[in-house]
Amino acid sequence: MSANAATTKRSAKAAKGPFGQVGQIVGELDDRLGVAKGGRVFLDKIFPDHWSFMLGEISLYSFIVLMATGIFLSLYFVPSTQQVIYHGSYAPLNGQWVSEAFKSTVSISFDVRGGLLVRQMHHWAADIFTGSIIVHMARIFFTGAFRKPRELNWLIGTTMLILAILEGFIGYSLPDDLISGTGLRIGYSIAESIPFVGSYLVTFLWGGQFPGTGIIIPRFFIIHVLIIPLVILGLLSVHLGLLVRQKHTQFAGEGRTEHNVVGSPMFPTFMAKTTGFLFMVTAATALLGAFVQINPIWQFGSYDASKISYAVQPDWYMGWLDGALRIMPSWEFAGWGHTIPFEVLIPAVVFPGLIFTIAMLWPALERKVTGDDEIHNLLDRPRDRPKRTAAGAAFFALLFTLFAASSTDVLANFFHVSLNEVLWFFRIAVFVIPIIAGLVTYQLCREMQGVHGIGKRKRSVIVQFSAEGEYTTVPTPPRPDDVHSELHPEPVPVRIDIEPLNDDGAREPESSPTGVRQVSR
Amino acid sequence: MSDDDLQPSRTRVPMPVAALSDPHMGDAARHPERAEKIIAGIFVLAIVFIALFGAGYVQNWRPWILGGTLGIGLFLLGFGLTAWGKYLMPQGPFVEERHSLASTPEERDAMSAALVERSAVVVKRRKMLGGLFALGAGIFGIVAVFPLLRSLGPLPGDSLDVTDWRKGTVLVDSNGRPVRRDTLVVGGIMTVYPQSQVNALTGFITDQGQAVDQTVLIRVSDQPFTTVPGRENWTPDGYVAYSKVCTHLGCPVGLYEQELELLVCPCHQSMFNVRNGAVPQFGPAPRPLPQMYLGYNDQGYLIAMAPYDQPVGPGFYERTTT
Repeated sequence: MSANAATTKRSAKAAKGPFGQVGQIVGELDDRLGVAKGGRVFLDKIFPDHWSFMLGEISLYSFIVLMATGIFLSLYFVPSTQQVIYHGSYAPLNGQWVSEAFKSTVSISFDVRGGLLVRQMHHWAADIFTGSIIVHMARIFFTGAFRKPRELNWLIGTTMLILAILEGFIGYSLPDDLISGTGLRIGYSIAESIPFVGSYLVTFLWGGQFPGTGIIIPRFFIIHVLIIPLVILGLLSVHLGLLVRQKHTQFAGEGRTEHNVVGSPMFPTFMAKTTGFLFMVTAATALLGAFVQINPIWQFGSYDASKISYAVQPDWYMGWLDGALRIMPSWEFAGWGHTIPFEVLIPAVVFPGLIFTIAMLWPALERKVTGDDEIHNLLDRPRDRPKRTAAGAAFFALLFTLFAASSTDVLANFFHVSLNEVLWFFRIAVFVIPIIAGLVTYQLCREMQGVHGIGKRKRSVIVQFSAEGEYTTVPTPPRPDDVHSELHPEPVPVRIDIEPLNDDGAREPESSPTGVRQVSR
Repeated sequence: MSDDDLQPSRTRVPMPVAALSDPHMGDAARHPERAEKIIAGIFVLAIVFIALFGAGYVQNWRPWILGGTLGIGLFLLGFGLTAWGKYLMPQGPFVEERHSLASTPEERDAMSAALVERSAVVVKRRKMLGGLFALGAGIFGIVAVFPLLRSLGPLPGDSLDVTDWRKGTVLVDSNGRPVRRDTLVVGGIMTVYPQSQVNALTGFITDQGQAVDQTVLIRVSDQPFTTVPGRENWTPDGYVAYSKVCTHLGCPVGLYEQELELLVCPCHQSMFNVRNGAVPQFGPAPRPLPQMYLGYNDQGYLIAMAPYDQPVGPGFYERTTT
C-alpha cells in the first residue's frame, strides 16, 4: 500500500514536469493567453542603473501611497458644506457651527484611529508626487530623454503634471477651512476673469455666484477621488507601456550604445530593488506624516468668506502663479461696456498656458531648430548641450523668482524694507535673473566641456606633520568611485540562469548537468 | 529517448550574483553569507516594528508613534529588499539588444495603401452617407455638451452685478446685532452684513452674506467727510463703508492700517485709502472698492441708503464700465 502510494506521488510529481507547480501554472496560463514567450522576454528585460532613473519611480510610488491613503480618507470624509455644530475631541471648536466637510476632516484628525497619520501622509505624498514629477521632468529635459522617439511620453508626462497640480489644488480645497477657502475664492476669480466664458464657467461650476449653492465641495470631491485619478491612472499605464515598448534610455559609457540597453534584469534584481524602493517611499511619507505637521486645519477654522489671515500663501506648487499675480501691474481694460481684467488674466491664465504649451511643444521645437530627426536612445550630458541646458536653467530661475515673489509681504517684513521696493525688485528680477542664469549656465557648460576629467572626485590626501617639522602628504586609500571600473556588459542571455556562488565567492563551473535552472537567493 | 534530448538547446551564459570586480559589490559577493545574515537581521527588525505598529493601532497609541513604527518598519523592509537585490541577485551588467521598432518599408506601404484605398472606396463613392453620418455624429457631439455643461448651474444673468444691500438695509455685525451710532469709536473698524442675511437657524451670517455682501465699516473721524465729490452725505458721523471684497481677486480686504488710513488686502497687498474713496494706492487691484451710501433709520441704526452703485469684487467680461 505505502509503496504504491509513494509511486503514485512520484508519478504525480513527474507528471508536473521539471518545474513543478509553477510550470503547471505557466502552462495553464499559456494555453489560454500565450504568456510564456512575452513573459519570458519581460522577465529578462534590462533596466539601466543610474540614480536619476528612480525620480520617476518616486512619483509612481507616491501615487500608490496617495491612492491607498485616499481610499482610507474617503471612507470618513463628508463632502458637504452643510452647517453643523461640532462636537468632538478638539475642545476649542466644541459647540461651534462649522461645515460638514470641515467637521469630518477634524474628526478624521482627532477621532478616527490613525486618521491624523493617514491625512498627513496623504498631504505629504501629494507634495512628494508633484515635486518628484517636476524633478523627474527636469531630468528628462536636461538629458534630452524627450527626443525622438519619446516625444509622446513627454507629452503624457506634462499632462500628468498639470493634472497633479490641479488634483493637489482641489484636494487642498476639500476640507473647507479658512486658508483653502481663500485659495478657492482666488481660483474662482481667476476663472471669472477669462473673457466671454469666465462668468458662465464659474456660475456653472459653483452653481451660482461665489460661494455658490454649496455644490462645489461635492463636485470637487468626485473630481478629486474619481475623475482626475482615473485619468492619471490611464495616462500612467500608457506612460509605462511606452517605457517598456521603447525601452529605457541610458547614459553613454563602456559598452553602451544607441542599439542596446545595459543594466540589470527585471526579475529578480530590478523587481527586488524597485519593490524595496516602494516600501521606502511609503516609509518616507509615514515618517513625515508622523513627525512633521502639515495643514493643521483645526487651527484655521471653518471657511468664512469675510475672514482672512496674514501671510496668505498657496501650497508650494501654486506659488509661482501667486508670485506672478503679485508683481503684475493693475492693467484692467474697461471700455465698450466690457471689462477685461488683464492684471489677472495675463499672470494666472495666459502665462501658465504659455508655459505648459511651450513645455509640451519643446521636443518639436528643438527638432525644428536643430534639424535633428534621428532616433536617440543615449542620453545627453547637460554640459554637452549648452543651449538647451541654459534654456532650462533660465526657465527654472524664472519659476524660482516668481515663487520667491509670492512672499513679498513676508520678505518686506523680514528685511525691514518697504513693500514697494520688494515689489519693484521682483518686477525687474523676473526678467533679469533668468537671463543671468541662462548666460552663466551657458558659459559654465562651455567651460566644463573643455576641462578633462571633470566630475571625477579627487583623491583626498592626509597631510602629516612629523616631529622633525617636516610636512608629508599621504594619499588616502581609493574609495569605490575613485577606481575607474570598466563596464564589460555580457550579451543578453537567451535565459538568465542564476548560479550560486561557492564559499570563496567564485562562480561554479558552467551549468549543472541537468540543465535545470538553479535559482538561489 | 535520453534525458539530454528533452532539454532545449541553448547557450548558457554564466551569471555573476554580484560582480567581484565592482568595488561596491566585491565584499558582499565574497561573503554572501554575511550579507544574508545582515539582511535577515534587518528583516527581523522590520517585523518587530511593523508588529509594534499593529499593537499601537490596537492600543490606540499616539499618531506619531503609529507613524514612527510604521515608517521605520516599512523603511527597514524596503531597505532589506533593496540590499538583497543589490548584493545577492544577479547584477550584470547585462546587455540587451535594442531592435528598431519601425516596420519595413513594405509593411508601411501596405498599411498606408490599405487606409488610402479602402477609405477611397468608402468616402468617394458614398459621399452622401459619409456626410450624413458625420453630421449626425457632430450634432450628437454638440447636443451631448448641453446636459453635461448647461445643467451644471444657472446662467450668470445679473447675479454677478448685484448684492443683497437695498435702500434701508440695516447693517449688522457677524452675530446679527445691528450697528448704532456709538458702536465704533474713532479709528474703529468692523465687518458688517445686511440684516437680511442672518441665518435663522444658526443666528450667524449666511454664506452668501459673508462672501458677497461683506462690507467693512470704519469710523475714520467723528465728523462727516467727503471721500469723492458727489458723495457728500455718505459718511454720517465719520462712518465710512466699503465693500470688503477685493477688486483684484475677491479676498476679504481684512487688514486696516489705522495711522495711514489704509485698507490692505493680505492676499496680494493691494492698498486702498479710506479717505479718498478707497482708490488703490498700491498693488495689483485695478479699481476702488465700491463705497456704500450710509445713513440712519428711525431707530438710530446704521443703514444703507442705496445699493452699491457698481458690482463688487473682481472684474469679469460682462462687467459694465459705467
